[in-house]
Amino acid sequence: MATPLVVSEVFKSFTMHLRDGIKLPVVKDVNFSVASGECVVLGGPSGIGKSSILKMLYGNYAVDAGQILVDHKDRIVDIARADPRTVLDVRRHTLGYVSQFLRTVPRVSALDVVAEPLVARGIAAPEARDRAAELLAKLNLPRELWTLPPATFSGGEQQRVNIARGFITSHRILLLDEPTASLDAVNRRVVVDMIADKKREGVALLGIFHDEEVREAVADRVLDVSQFSPRKAVAA
Amino acid sequence: MTDTPLLKVSGLSKFYGSRIGCKDVCFDLWPGEVLAIVGESGSGKTTLLNCLSTRLMPTTGSVEYRMRDGNFRDLYHMSEAERRFLMRTDWGFVHQNPADGLRMTVSAGANVGERLMAVGDRHYGKIRETASDWLTRVEIGTDRIDDQPRAFSGGMRQRLQIARNLVTGPRLVFMDEPTGGLDVSVQARLLDLVRGLVNDLGLSAIVVTHDLAVARLLSHRMMVMKDGHVIEHGLTDRVLDDPREPYTQLLVSSILQV
Repeated sequence: MATPLVVSEVFKSFTMHLRDGIKLPVVKDVNFSVASGECVVLGGPSGIGKSSILKMLYGNYAVDAGQILVDHKDRIVDIARADPRTVLDVRRHTLGYVSQFLRTVPRVSALDVVAEPLVARGIAAPEARDRAAELLAKLNLPRELWTLPPATFSGGEQQRVNIARGFITSHRILLLDEPTASLDAVNRRVVVDMIADKKREGVALLGIFHDEEVREAVADRVLDVSQFSPRKAVAA
Repeated sequence: MTDTPLLKVSGLSKFYGSRIGCKDVCFDLWPGEVLAIVGESGSGKTTLLNCLSTRLMPTTGSVEYRMRDGNFRDLYHMSEAERRFLMRTDWGFVHQNPADGLRMTVSAGANVGERLMAVGDRHYGKIRETASDWLTRVEIGTDRIDDQPRAFSGGMRQRLQIARNLVTGPRLVFMDEPTGGLDVSVQARLLDLVRGLVNDLGLSAIVVTHDLAVARLLSHRMMVMKDGHVIEHGLTDRVLDDPREPYTQLLVSSILQV
């Protein structure tokens, strides 16, 4: 089975220059991989570095050392070292991300927010909007909201827009940061089904799920992030 | 992804006497890429922008631009006439103050049409039609086509300036604080407009701003300047979410949350 994502010997710390340069270690020696069609769940208590790992993989956080290897357009790209332009191309075509919160843009409708990743890949706007509408309907977002900018939506509504935006493309790797945190049971169920579909399509998924029921339903294995925690080493 | 940059900048410096304007700036700009230059007042952002756009002669260094024929030309080895032609056709420059980029005493339509005439358009009806099409794209009612920008609000003037710049289908647009001085609702509208146009037209842009939210919304890549030096450079998300340099951390931590 193909393995589109390999993380090897990754170290990360923050240096807080405004706090006398104190160094906050985040994770050390992170090693894992995710295979096609597999959903790996990052486990462990809050503050252990789960979101930080996702942010490093997506290029939002820099990496002190190590490699993040992604199979992108039949070549291997190391996100830890790639230039901004390459990272953006990887995001456009290979690596999707559903963040916890939606970054809203004034005046852009929910439908267009969802359709945007397809438009960025060169798909015609009407077709992209049709696909977006399908997903929003599936996620039970009231139709009267589709043409409104999501800034005024409730947490759960924004999250569904965010999920639709993340799931609309056929990216080979999908990162999920608590996509079901503010959803009701019905919509959690929908998302679980959508994740199952992605697995069938051979997408490699890596996610954080605090909801036990969802985790049980989607996880092929749980990766305990506390093994990468530098704090544990200090305590021992 | 295309494999050739649009602009290649190396070792670019500008000194005002012994004072540094900007020092040793190097980067490539790729087609379709938006680069934000951020930093506080006096950090050298505008000096750099002016050196890149041939509005100010750099002390040392080179700026090479890929012409439409595919050949790179060093901007400072071109004749003044060639540079001006480039400015009028293949480039745009959006000033912070629209009055610097518009002709305030000729009509809105003529402000847009003038750039078309500079590239050889002569048919009055066609020019007016294109001008009115562009006014619509920047959300200015076509019934205002014969009004002078003097009679426009600040936000309208800025949108008119953008239309004037984009009408010739430039490949590279420079923007100096494009949303400075506009109130926030007008600013949001302008940002959305610029973002849409940049995406639709596949423009490259270099945007100087001190507003990090503007940089986050518009740019792919970001350069942070301090005292004339580029102190941090990278993917916009990375610079804002994980700033490495003390000064960048100070900038990011100074953003007010609403």
